Parts: sequence; C-alpha cells; structure tokens
Amino acid sequence: MSPDNYLYLAALLFTLGACGVLLRRNAIVVFMCIELMLNAANLALVAFSRMHGNLDGQILAFFVMVVAAAEVVVGLAIIVMLYRSRHSASVDDASLMKL
Amino acid sequence: MNDLQAPSIEWLALLPSLIVFGVAVIGVLIEAFAPRAARYGTQVVLTTLGFAGAFAAVVALAAGGHATTEAQIAGMGSLAVDGPALFLQGVILLVGLLSVFLFAERRLEPARHGTRVDSFAAQPAAVPGGEAEQEAVKAGHTTTEIFPLLLFAVGGMLIFPAANDLLVLFIALEVLSLPLYLLCALARRKRLLSQEAAVKYFLLGAFASAFLLFGIALLYGYAGTVTYAGIADVISGAPAAIDPGLASTMGNDALLLIGGALVVMGLLFKVGAVPFHMWTPDVYQGAPTPVTGFMAAATKVAAFGALLRLLYVALDGTRWDWEPVLWGVAIASMVAGAVIAITQTDVKRLLAYSSIAHAGFILAGVVAVSEDGVSSVLFYLAAYSFVTLGAFAVVTLVRDAGGEATHLSKWAGLGRRSPLLAGVFALFLLAFAGIPLTSGFAGKFAVFRAAADAGAMGLVITGVAASAVAAFFYVRVIVLMFFSEPKADGPSVVIPSPLTMSVVGLAAAVTLVLGIAPQYFLDLAGQAGVFVLR
Repeated sequence: MSPDNYLYLAALLFTLGACGVLLRRNAIVVFMCIELMLNAANLALVAFSRMHGNLDGQILAFFVMVVAAAEVVVGLAIIVMLYRSRHSASVDDASLMKL
Repeated sequence: MNDLQAPSIEWLALLPSLIVFGVAVIGVLIEAFAPRAARYGTQVVLTTLGFAGAFAAVVALAAGGHATTEAQIAGMGSLAVDGPALFLQGVILLVGLLSVFLFAERRLEPARHGTRVDSFAAQPAAVPGGEAEQEAVKAGHTTTEIFPLLLFAVGGMLIFPAANDLLVLFIALEVLSLPLYLLCALARRKRLLSQEAAVKYFLLGAFASAFLLFGIALLYGYAGTVTYAGIADVISGAPAAIDPGLASTMGNDALLLIGGALVVMGLLFKVGAVPFHMWTPDVYQGAPTPVTGFMAAATKVAAFGALLRLLYVALDGTRWDWEPVLWGVAIASMVAGAVIAITQTDVKRLLAYSSIAHAGFILAGVVAVSEDGVSSVLFYLAAYSFVTLGAFAVVTLVRDAGGEATHLSKWAGLGRRSPLLAGVFALFLLAFAGIPLTSGFAGKFAVFRAAADAGAMGLVITGVAASAVAAFFYVRVIVLMFFSEPKADGPSVVIPSPLTMSVVGLAAAVTLVLGIAPQYFLDLAGQAGVFVLR
C-alpha cells in the first residue's frame, strides 16, 4: 500500500480534530480533539519517515508523545481547577472577560 | 549493525541554557525536600544567581567572539550559537532576572495572619473562597513553585531563538509554554479571572502548537530532514544526497508551502499578531500582573527570535511566498491593535492591545529581509521588553481594597497623588508611543528605516499612521493621570520593597539610556545581526 494513504488519513484526522476544537464546548472534549490533532501529526511523521527511509520522523513522533503526556498533566490540572471552582467545564461559561 | 557513536556536544557553548535548566531542577528538589519556611528565601537567591550566572555565560560567549567570527551550530546541528541567539538570550535573561524581583515582591498585599505574602495564590488547587484556601492562607502558605516554573519557562525561551532544527523548535515551544500556562492560573486575587485566563491560554496555545507540529510534519515530508540547513538545501534544489523518497517529495511545493505556513502560524500565535491575537487581551488581563509582565516581554523576544531564524535560515528560498503574507499580518496587527486599544477601559487590556500593535511594528522589521532588518528587530525587542516589564511593574503598585485597580477610571488624578509613579508610567507610555528621547523612538526609527530601505514603503506609511493612532490613547492615559481630579475613593499607590522599585527604576533607566544614547546598543545589535547558516 502506498504511504500516501496514511497521509490522507492523517490530514483527515487533523481536520476532524481542528473542527472539534472549534465546535465542541466542553473543555475536556476540546482538549481531546487537540490530542487527536497531535496524533494525526504523529501519523504523518511516521508515514513520511517510511517514505524517506530515515528515522528523523519516528524520533520526532516519540518526542511528540512525551510532550503530549506533559501537556495532559498541565491541561487536566488547569481544567479540573476550573471545574472545581465553577462546577462546569464548558468553555462558553468561562467568559468573565469580555470587551 | 554499526556501532552507536556518542554525539559530540559543545557543552561550553550551551552553558547559558544548561545553567538555567540545572538551577530549575535544583529548584524542584528544594520544593520537594526543603522545609516550607526556608523555601522562599532559598528559591529567590538561587533563581537570581542562576539568571545572573547564565547572563555572565552569555556575555562570556559573546566576548569570545561566538556572536561574530566564532559563530557555530552546536549539539549536532540542533542549536545555533550566533549573534541573534546570544543577543536575544541576553535580553531574555535580564528580563527573567527582573521578573524574579517582581515575583518575589511581598509588600504589596496586606500581611495575612502575620506573614507577608506575594501576589500568588496560597494554594492554587483549592477552590477560590473555599475552606481549604482559607486554611492555607491562615497557615501562611505561599506558592514558591513559581520560581522553578519561571526558570523552566526562561530555559525554553533561551532554546527557542537558538533552535536550528524543527524538533528542537517544537520542544522549546512546549518547554516555554507549559510553565506559563500554570503561572497564569496562580493569582491570589481575582482567581476566577486568573483560572479563566489559564484555560483560554492553554487551549488556544495547545491548538496553535498542534498546527505548528503538523506544519513540522509536512516540512519534514518535503525535505526528508528537520535541520534548517537541510531544508534550505532542498528548497534551493541542491540537497546533499537524493534518494528515491526525497526525489518524490522535493518537487511538491504544496507540502513546502502549507507546512511552512502552518509553522509560521504557530509562531505568530506566540508573538500575538493579528489574526492569531485573540488570546492576548484575556490572558494579559487575567494572569497575575508580574506573570503578565514577564510573559509580555520575554515570550515576544523568544518567539520573534525563533520566527526570524526559521524565515531567514530555513525558508529563505521561499521569501517571495512569505513576504506578502507577513506584510498583511504586520499591517493588520498594527491597525487592529492600535484601533481596538482606543476602546479599552482596563489598563492591562490596553497594554495587551498595544503589544499586538507592537508585534506589527516588529514584523515590519522582519519583512525587511536584510541584515539591518534583523538588527533593528533585535534592538526593538530589547527596548520594548524593558518598557513592557516596567509598565506592568507600575500596574502592580496601584491598588485599592480589591487588589490591583486596573480600571482606567480609577487612574484618574494619579499624577496629583503620586507624581513620581505617574511620571514613570507616563515615560513608559511615551516610549510605547515612540516619542523621541525614549527607547521606543530609537526602536521604531530603526525598524521603519530598515523596512523603507527594503522598499516596503506601504508598510512604513501604515506603521507611522498606526503609531499616531496609538499615540492618541497613550496620551489619553497621561492626560487622565495628570489633568483630571482624583476621586475620593480612588486607589492608593503602595510603597513597594526595593525589589519592585529596582525593577521600575532599571526599566526607566534603560528606556532613557536607549532613547538618549542608543548608538552603542544599535552597534551591538548591528554586530549581532548575522545568522549562522551551517
């Protein structure tokens, strides 16, 4: 199978994730959509790595996984903190600061 | 299998960032093992020494010629040690050093139960106003984790403008962003605003870094390598070796252009340029003011450094593609930032929109694509960061019963009550506006001259017009402070400890020196304006 198909899948997943971020209202779901975007990038990296026959892309994918894990720690801490003080994780409710 | 070879790392050339990260790790250990009472003093001294040591290392490297003739790429092609990198690292370290003083300030808040407290939450995990928080306040707890977080953020910022491959660029971006997301959430007063700012900054920041990462994936797909020099070679059509994989992708301009656009977008988000500026006002307003000052000054320096290196080293061959885009972004930032700022009623939001306008001014220097352009951007960043830090330091001092009085109406008549403080703030505002004899004028002049030399007259004219609009609202604040009656229930100016005083004083001194006698520093930036290519 040609590696191109993996790239189409990666682009599709990335778009799905981006749409999710823009359309969903729950902060946790928004965050999951961002993770989906990161994983789509990982898939593209690994597919390109296979096309080029070098390991740079796979190494990058490993680093992305570590970074994503660190981001989960920070992100969930912030979202849980928001939920505890407002009893809602909706990004629409967080609107104290407006013009 | 061939034997693994240990990479050769130029440890000495990487000393500044190594010192900062080393001290940050020690700071985490102190949080884990030192008794609570000893942490604050130890952390402040250690962090200060760390930044001072790293700055000394930067100066030593620059004096050793690493900024000019000895410029090199260290760490197996991943980090550049050259003029722009060292100059910006020096600026970031000085801003970090002054930020430590702002973070450590304990005279602004009224003492709680006999202990002096800083502007960070007693226990950030506790519900605002809840039982756990009251207990933590009663026990006199403070969040000393802010100092290691500051160190990690600065460490990432040191790597960011020096990153010479896409992997390091991405890691540095995350290392500088993650501590900032946390720092934003830690305000002692107005905690709901602070938490909201953190959530917005985090979600939008992670969103932008996902775009940056996908752009990295596409650029890697295009060039088969992540080093800037390698990508530049492939763009110019002369890669070191062509294998079948590379031969099939290197003609694919869609990969190059979309990938490059996504990476630049991620960086423009960090810079806070229109249309990626939506987070700036909310985050600047909600975050604790010392953090806002640090973030506004240092993040901008680091992100512009990274943007310059990416555009000038890796994507130089596509200059004709990105120049018009950045023209548009620069004009949109200047105009939108200046016009929306007029309607603002909150000092921190006003400064946020002013920072968006300034991002546009700096982009004008980036678009110039010349050595003069690079050095004008370096000088502008140095001048702007100190003014910003000083302005936010002043904002921390004007307080009423509810904490900082950031609403502009409360600043009416401040010049009558405390002429010195209002005078210093007026100086910072005039520097933002670019009035002669302040650093802002020297910076703007350098940037616009570089842009004009490069033939970007449209940009210069828009920039000057936007400066005039911006000057209107800066002067309006000055008029409000000096020529209107103070309100009876207005805020008072707290007398801070020498920590904040030194920050305000130094920022004002730098603003004046760079404005009155900028030549030495212009020369310094001029010498540092050359990127090492390979």
